[in-house]
Amino acid sequence: MQWVHNSISALWPEPLRLVLFLVGMLSFVGLNAAYLVWVERKGAGRFQRRPGPTEVGWAGLLQPIADAIKLMSKQLIVPAGVDSTLFRGAPLLMMSPAMMSLAVIPFGEHLAARNINVGLLMIFAFGSINVMAIMLGGWSSRNKYAIISAARVVSQNVAYEIPMLLVVITMIMVTGTMNLDEIVRQQAGAFWHWNFFKVWVNPLMPVTFLIFYICMLAETNRAPFDMTEAESELVAGAYTEYSGMGFGVFFMAEYANILLGCALATVLFLGGWQSPIGILPGVFWFLVKMYCLIFSVVWIRWTFPRTQFYGLLNLSWEILIPVSLFTLILTSAMMKLLRA
Amino acid sequence: MKNSLKEIATGFNSLVTGMRITLGQFFKPTVTVRYPHESLKMPERFRGHIELVRDPETGKAICFACKLCERACPSDCITVEGAKLEGAKKRSVTQYMLDFTKCSLCGSCVEACRDGAIRYSHDYNLASTNKEDYIMDLFKRLENERLEAERLAGSPKSEAQGPRSEVQSPKSEVSKQETTAAEPPPTPNS
Repeated sequence: MQWVHNSISALWPEPLRLVLFLVGMLSFVGLNAAYLVWVERKGAGRFQRRPGPTEVGWAGLLQPIADAIKLMSKQLIVPAGVDSTLFRGAPLLMMSPAMMSLAVIPFGEHLAARNINVGLLMIFAFGSINVMAIMLGGWSSRNKYAIISAARVVSQNVAYEIPMLLVVITMIMVTGTMNLDEIVRQQAGAFWHWNFFKVWVNPLMPVTFLIFYICMLAETNRAPFDMTEAESELVAGAYTEYSGMGFGVFFMAEYANILLGCALATVLFLGGWQSPIGILPGVFWFLVKMYCLIFSVVWIRWTFPRTQFYGLLNLSWEILIPVSLFTLILTSAMMKLLRA
Repeated sequence: MKNSLKEIATGFNSLVTGMRITLGQFFKPTVTVRYPHESLKMPERFRGHIELVRDPETGKAICFACKLCERACPSDCITVEGAKLEGAKKRSVTQYMLDFTKCSLCGSCVEACRDGAIRYSHDYNLASTNKEDYIMDLFKRLENERLEAERLAGSPKSEAQGPRSEVQSPKSEVSKQETTAAEPPPTPNS
């Protein structure tokens, strides 16, 4: 990997490197968003003992392409009375933060588009835009279901942003940096060096990971917290009025956000590109860890029924926030004791 | 405090149990029958539309057009025509029209038949966009089956098989297995 990096930086100037990363990132997000839909459908099938898509291509592998062609060939309807600028802009506003945030994720030892010192902060800054996109999409649709969904997404994301940020503050305290590459480097060595297993810093580290994971599910509006598009109550929630590729972009953005969330969880807790046994390149291990997390997201979706809305808020305010506050205090106390 | 911790623990435990169960299902084989490519074997007592039974000795229909079924039918969907063929002792059926659009599958015709000359078929792939497809000549169907079987066997000898498998077309014989290989659903017989 080192010589690839060296030769790239020697041959190509910085702008070209950025273009290369931009193209790579776009295709990575696009392909993943398309094929995570396939994974989701296959997974859903297997969990219910069905085969899932089988007809288009081998094992249904061309299904996402067929879906994309279908969505693209559909008319993009902008209903009368909607705020058409916001209506058209909302899907883009949802997709672009996820793509931008991926720029600071270190996929391998030298594989990050931008290794900036406040990478973690940047991800959370962009991550909040995602909420606004759904809210704008729902609000501009001028549809009662969409507006209910918009109201829900705001209260849900406000409720879950708090424990998530508390957990992230804990992690920043433990690692002492917001640079994602640096965070990964600190977890070098065998798997017990991963932040997930650092119980000597914080005995509740696995719980911290669990809170982060639950919040990630809620922030990406995944089941069992998919209140925004609870199809049995709200048709398709904020996406009700969207057709064709407008809906398609929302749909892809949902998976792009899951990808981002799982990548971030991998970096923060599971050692990023660090290999647990010392063989194979880092990119491989990063992807393995990330896809395991993504699989668990699908697994959870097809296991648990949707929570009720007050249950969702109660979980955050009564359990997650107190526990994450407790871990924060515990961590600071432990660190004070260890330093002293 | 203690209670809420206990609540969290039991709740978490139940979530883990649920996830273990779904993961167990994930690795079990699928149970789907991929219908257009595969089809299920119909149970022996499946009530499809009626069909004529072949006499295993002669290879012809047992029916001799006594018209008891025609009279027994409450919805008047059976029309039987028969004629006394030259050299034969009994009359034999020449046309057996079943109007399946009117049939309610009550089975009175099968009950009324004294010679066991009609029974329920196992056909169920009967979808069609054409109403005429459901007015079927069962006699012609029987003859076509015989010709088809002869064509496949390469000789007219193939008639002298067991009574059940003989009457079914080679197509339906294949579908007697649990699931069959790729094969489009047969269109309703004319």
